[in-house]
Amino acid sequence: MTERFVTRGFVGRRTPEGAGDAARRVPPGQYLTNDFPVLSAGPTPRTPLDRWSFTIRGLVREPVTWSWDELMALPNRDWTVDISCVTKWTHLDMHWRGVSVDTLLERVELEPSAAFVIAFCDGGYTTNLPLGDVLNGQAFVAWEYDGKPLAAEHGGPARLVVPGRYFWKSAKWVRGLSLVDRDQPGFWESLGYHNRGDQWLEERYSGD
Amino acid sequence: MASPITWRIATVGAIRDETATVRTYTLGVPDWPGHRPGQHVDLRLTAEDGYSVERSYSIASEPERAGEVDITVERIPDGEVSAFLHDVVVAGDQLEVRGPIGGYFVWDVPIGGPLLLVAGGSGVVPLMAMLRHRSRERSDVPTRLLFSSRNADDIIYRDELDRLAAAGDGFEVVHTLTRSRPTGWSGYDRRIDDRMLAEVLEPLGSGARCYICGPTALVEVAANALVRLGLPPDRVRTERFGPTGT
Repeated sequence: MTERFVTRGFVGRRTPEGAGDAARRVPPGQYLTNDFPVLSAGPTPRTPLDRWSFTIRGLVREPVTWSWDELMALPNRDWTVDISCVTKWTHLDMHWRGVSVDTLLERVELEPSAAFVIAFCDGGYTTNLPLGDVLNGQAFVAWEYDGKPLAAEHGGPARLVVPGRYFWKSAKWVRGLSLVDRDQPGFWESLGYHNRGDQWLEERYSGD
Repeated sequence: MASPITWRIATVGAIRDETATVRTYTLGVPDWPGHRPGQHVDLRLTAEDGYSVERSYSIASEPERAGEVDITVERIPDGEVSAFLHDVVVAGDQLEVRGPIGGYFVWDVPIGGPLLLVAGGSGVVPLMAMLRHRSRERSDVPTRLLFSSRNADDIIYRDELDRLAAAGDGFEVVHTLTRSRPTGWSGYDRRIDDRMLAEVLEPLGSGARCYICGPTALVEVAANALVRLGLPPDRVRTERFGPTGT
């Protein structure tokens, strides 16, 4: 191995918030922010709630579709999670309200071959996740952020949230999950970003 | 699996002031693999004790320049990386970079036009790579840049944009200044809005491809307006930097 590169004259800032417990919660290469930056590849889609629905389809015995009101009526809870975006920001203790993907999947019968989920969205965005990455409380569909309805630019009316992966896996404007047997790269995963996106392994780009 | 995007050691060459708070750094990277206009690089700074930080910066230069890339960096007050670049880095220093990164917010000549570029402040940087590439390739794709800056002194690349527009190859730049205007200013004098976009888009028609880069509020307004003006959403590509784009 070569010696570690040191940038001449760089000391860096060790802010109090970057110390101790908080520092241990910041994945490699990330910096802490209290903002909620917006990143997206195109215009913000807007579907009126009376025409909005959420669907689970693909390798399930019977697809299921919820209207907005039906989704709201499912058991839901508050979530406090740390979020890391591949653009380098990490925001600790973000407060959401939403329904666990476990709760959604309880309403369908999965075919045994179902091994991956593709989240699909208004605007055509997709992202792929192994089924095992969204079960057991690891993922939820959120419609409130910080006690308020989720703003359209942040993915409202509802977005997927997968705190254990870089934030592009937390698909904005999500309209459903498709169960598939073989992995299919989604939007950013086809454009040079890592297929899995584990922020603790710094899986930013394809090949990392 | 794709081959990794490796960290490379870049040597800082020329450093140029663009405005009072914006500078361009030429990074010599002998084994640079090439890029497409609109892509960015990651930059990593590492202290003696191993503490390190990373940031992404858009590439300002056209891919035709081999072995080097320009990044244009706005000094953000309290910005850990941008302040270091502005206050400490001098020609001859070495910096770790990797790239190119990003495969969606890109335009090159084969993609075609007409082309509408919309920039706010340092959001012009990836669009400049597209314009430099377009000029270098002698493309005459009808292209308009709507560029929002605060004051006349804050207009990044102003002289070069004027030169490109004077070439008579179908490129025009339209400025708007949101804070103050010099006497005799003939450009727009307000934040980007629907009417301004309609006027700038009009000569290009609804078949235009649009690239918008700037602060979130500007990108939201511009992208939503262009969709209302009848452009298909998949023809409107955006890149945003949030309030913490340090």
